[in-house]
Amino acid sequence: MTVTKIRALKAAGLTALLTALYTIAGTLPHAAHAQASDASSAAFASPRHFGQKDGAALYQAICQGCHMPDAKGATGAGTYPALAANANLETAGYPVAMVLHGQRAMPAIGEFLDDDQVAAVVNYVRTHFGNHYTDAVTVADVKAAR
Amino acid sequence: MVLSGMKRRDLLTLIGTVAGSAVMYQAATSLGLAAETTYKGPIKLDGNPKGASILILGAGVAGLVAAIELRKAGYKVQVLEYREKAGGRSWSLRGGDTYTELGGFKQTVGFDQGLYVNPGPWRIPYHHRAVLDYCHRYGVALEPFNQVNYNAYLHSAKAYGGKPQRFREIQADYHGHVAELLAKLTGQKALDGTVSKEDQEKLLESLRAWGGLDKNYAYAASLESSNLRGYDKAPGGGMDGAPVPSTPASLSDVMQGGLWRYLGMGLHDEFQSTIFQPVGGMDQFPTALAREVKDLIRFNTKVTEIHQDDHGVTVTYTDTVKGGAPQTAKADWCLCTIPLSVLSQIKLNVGPKMANAISAVPYEAAAKVGLQFKRRFWEQDEAIYGGISFTDLPIAMIGYPNSGYGSPGKGVLLGTYVFGAYAMEYTALPPEERIKRALAYGAQIHPQYAKEFDNGVAVGWHRVPWTLGCHASWTEESRAAHYQDLCQVDGRIALAGEHASYITGWQEGAVLSSLDAISRLHKRVVAA
Repeated sequence: MTVTKIRALKAAGLTALLTALYTIAGTLPHAAHAQASDASSAAFASPRHFGQKDGAALYQAICQGCHMPDAKGATGAGTYPALAANANLETAGYPVAMVLHGQRAMPAIGEFLDDDQVAAVVNYVRTHFGNHYTDAVTVADVKAAR
Repeated sequence: MVLSGMKRRDLLTLIGTVAGSAVMYQAATSLGLAAETTYKGPIKLDGNPKGASILILGAGVAGLVAAIELRKAGYKVQVLEYREKAGGRSWSLRGGDTYTELGGFKQTVGFDQGLYVNPGPWRIPYHHRAVLDYCHRYGVALEPFNQVNYNAYLHSAKAYGGKPQRFREIQADYHGHVAELLAKLTGQKALDGTVSKEDQEKLLESLRAWGGLDKNYAYAASLESSNLRGYDKAPGGGMDGAPVPSTPASLSDVMQGGLWRYLGMGLHDEFQSTIFQPVGGMDQFPTALAREVKDLIRFNTKVTEIHQDDHGVTVTYTDTVKGGAPQTAKADWCLCTIPLSVLSQIKLNVGPKMANAISAVPYEAAAKVGLQFKRRFWEQDEAIYGGISFTDLPIAMIGYPNSGYGSPGKGVLLGTYVFGAYAMEYTALPPEERIKRALAYGAQIHPQYAKEFDNGVAVGWHRVPWTLGCHASWTEESRAAHYQDLCQVDGRIALAGEHASYITGWQEGAVLSSLDAISRLHKRVVAA
């Protein structure tokens, strides 16, 4: 790791440092920890990459943290919008960009997902929770939006 | 800068004697000795604000510091706070507390009296001089936070048969093998072209001491190496007092085991000793600040709009407890410390540069789990007093309480502290499932977990109602594009908080940004 890189990480603070603890090693801990009491061994697969493949599992592992299990969102000092019956999902490029790059309170999740996973979770949300958008997002769409 | 004939500290003493400490401080900065902070001591807001009023949005650390200083400088100050108490993310959870996160998941903390977990910040480095100065000035008692505990564990499910290793063993073995290799290269004359004979002799001497090498410069089972990594049988007294050395792991086991990756954290300047925690929980810090300005704070107040014009700033808010129609508060100026994750959703008439900056900074995911156990088994069984064990399991670490050593009662561990993908997964689980996770993983390091667990509490920061995230997540690119625009005063509004600093996620960033923002605002006010 170069000095410049370390400085950049320092500037980015604690999170980057903790990330660096993994990345300095060069090899990332990737194996699923099968010992944990866990219905799905895809859960908690790696600090840098989600292990789930299908849209429902990805939604439950990531999206519902903020948008909630029923996709109706939540409100405190600010609001997490409902994804249920959400007209903004009509243009598929919008949720793809949000997942990849984040915005406001939403972190960029693209770095933790491959293109298949992004397509899977976007397609899941766009066809569930009262959404009925049938024009599926493709892996190529996601790749182009990165 | 080269100083010959006079040591730098001698020169500083001389400058200090003849010119006073302010000059000395500047001199120290230019000599590179005091550059560890931009804090210049207690802020001086000279000049008369002539009855100017200011609205401070947010009673976290940034808002509280501003309220104290601006009132002192002669401003009429009002503070609006979303929560029912001051402190924001500087927060401690204790027995009897209830915490309801977004989505309505409610937890009641079952910790014994005096026990707590800090879901947010939990340590204060010695060079965070602004935070420490406010702690000292407002009577916040501090105690050492043990960042590095040589007797805590380093652990990987995939190394050393999954058996936790003591920090001291991994560090001694890593240093020892590196020292032995370098000594070998020196012996093989590999350094002859680049290092002088005299320096090579000193190098060998230092490698022996630092690495625990024996007289043949080998890192092997010896009293020298055991003095660093621990003994199979420690030196004792009487007939049976002779020590038995331990056997180091092989170079290959040390390298392939990978636990060396956890050795460096305490070397980083953010975590070097001395590093502190407030006695009794991190919230003792904002609580002490809030005591000074409690008459100025309106709690349970949700800001819905911030509007400025040529005459002043009007903030619209609702009372989250009493409800009712929206109300307004007015002032000449506004310092807004609301996290960008929330502020980006509030109607606000600032220029496009600041508006773009506010929307350009996503918030990091983080999760912590506090676990109470029926006894302090880590002390009683394993002689771990404070500090942190690290693991590649999805809990990342176990933090031991840095106080109350030897207490016969219950104890609270930090059972998970994660960022990134793991934090998002924790946040997406119901609180009780997060606790189950922390227990299942942690039991691989401390088998006592199963028998001794009592109760727990879990916080995923994106579900915290007053921040919607842990801390601002800047990149080099977003800083270049937006940081200056975020910090610039826009008309009558300035922003402050950890997000308006280069020390994101630390209270020091919040305090320094607040002091900087009110200094610049104050200049405008007295110039007007």
